[in-house]
Amino acid sequence: MQRSKNDVWVGLFVLIGAVAILFLALQSANLLSLNFQKTYAVTAKFDNVGGLKPKAAVRSAGVVVGRVEKIVFDDKSFQARVVLAMESRYTFPKDSSLKILTSGLLGEQYLGIEAGASEEVLAAGDTISSTQSAVVLESLISQFLYSKAADGAGPKAAD
Amino acid sequence: MSGFSPGNIGYAVRRQIADIGHAARLFFRLLTTLPESWRRFALVRDQIHFLGNYSLVIIAVSGLFVGFVFGLQGYYTLQRYGSSEALGLLVALSLVRELGPVVTALLFAGRAGTSLTAEIGLMKAGEQISVMEMMAVDPVLRVLAPRFWAGVITMPLLAAVFSAMGIIGGWVVGVLMIGVDSGSFWSQIQGGVDVWRDVGNGIVKSVVFGFTVTFVALLQGFEAQPTPEGVASATTRTVVVASLAVLALDFILTAMMFTI
Repeated sequence: MQRSKNDVWVGLFVLIGAVAILFLALQSANLLSLNFQKTYAVTAKFDNVGGLKPKAAVRSAGVVVGRVEKIVFDDKSFQARVVLAMESRYTFPKDSSLKILTSGLLGEQYLGIEAGASEEVLAAGDTISSTQSAVVLESLISQFLYSKAADGAGPKAAD
Repeated sequence: MSGFSPGNIGYAVRRQIADIGHAARLFFRLLTTLPESWRRFALVRDQIHFLGNYSLVIIAVSGLFVGFVFGLQGYYTLQRYGSSEALGLLVALSLVRELGPVVTALLFAGRAGTSLTAEIGLMKAGEQISVMEMMAVDPVLRVLAPRFWAGVITMPLLAAVFSAMGIIGGWVVGVLMIGVDSGSFWSQIQGGVDVWRDVGNGIVKSVVFGFTVTFVALLQGFEAQPTPEGVASATTRTVVVASLAVLALDFILTAMMFTI
């Protein structure tokens, strides 16, 4: 096949397109953060996971130390069973606790892990027992209303 | 024009079905030309040069301005809810999922599709197509196939350029002019855009639109009446049919990809 001047320009065009796809993949979708580091699986049971989704971050002191692998419903205990993939380079005490937190007012939900005091460290297959469920707005409001009603009823009953 | 009669309806229906069958046959004929076009890639390369390189500037500039406008309008709405940091996510998701492929396809239909239709229509009016057939050169293989594959290759690249320029435009307005925090702008994008689900599906969409727009343009040119009026109305039909097809397909693809 003979070469022509168009080769250069078409090559340049294809390169620009490839750079744009790469930009979308790396800068926007952050392909590099899908790191292939070794992880160990830890399970935790929650009464309510709220809006937690698979792939949500697990953070300790604000630093990402793992990801939520999957969330399934356990029909024995009627709780949500959350499997976490924790990065192998971080170890946590066995009695660490998990909390479902929200980044910002309307942000996405993530898991916060707080280190305990135990000498033993979490290993693959362990279960974290001390968990705190997501805050559900409806139950907060109903609690508030009930306490209001109780306050309102109290003084009247005293009269 | 002799008024209403069953014969007219029958004729109209029969003609419609025959047209659809004709179009489908041409489409599958074009699909089978892939190995032949690959072997003579110089023809496809020249068409990529014509369709891609010359469309690059209009696509890049349009993407940039769409990004600018998104930055301004998105900020206006988001700051009411105190979440102007989500501006990056708004711009990136709407561009990568919808506007990138769709607006690029519409611009591509206007910029490249019309010129394909006019070129082939005029070749037909000038009896070049008939001459090729007389010389036993297959016009589908020699004229239509390189343009078809060039359009299919060009479209996703242009859509990616459009989306990337749009995100940069949103960044320029949001971060440089309005003053949204640059770190949270990018981290919101990276937290919310998924490589396969969002970027990948956007590319799949733009490939489908590449097939659609290029095929409609070639079909209209190839079926045009070989007169000046015929070429003119074929060019108009290219824009109308291609735009409507892109918008309808976009709805179907979005419903298939992004529901759940």
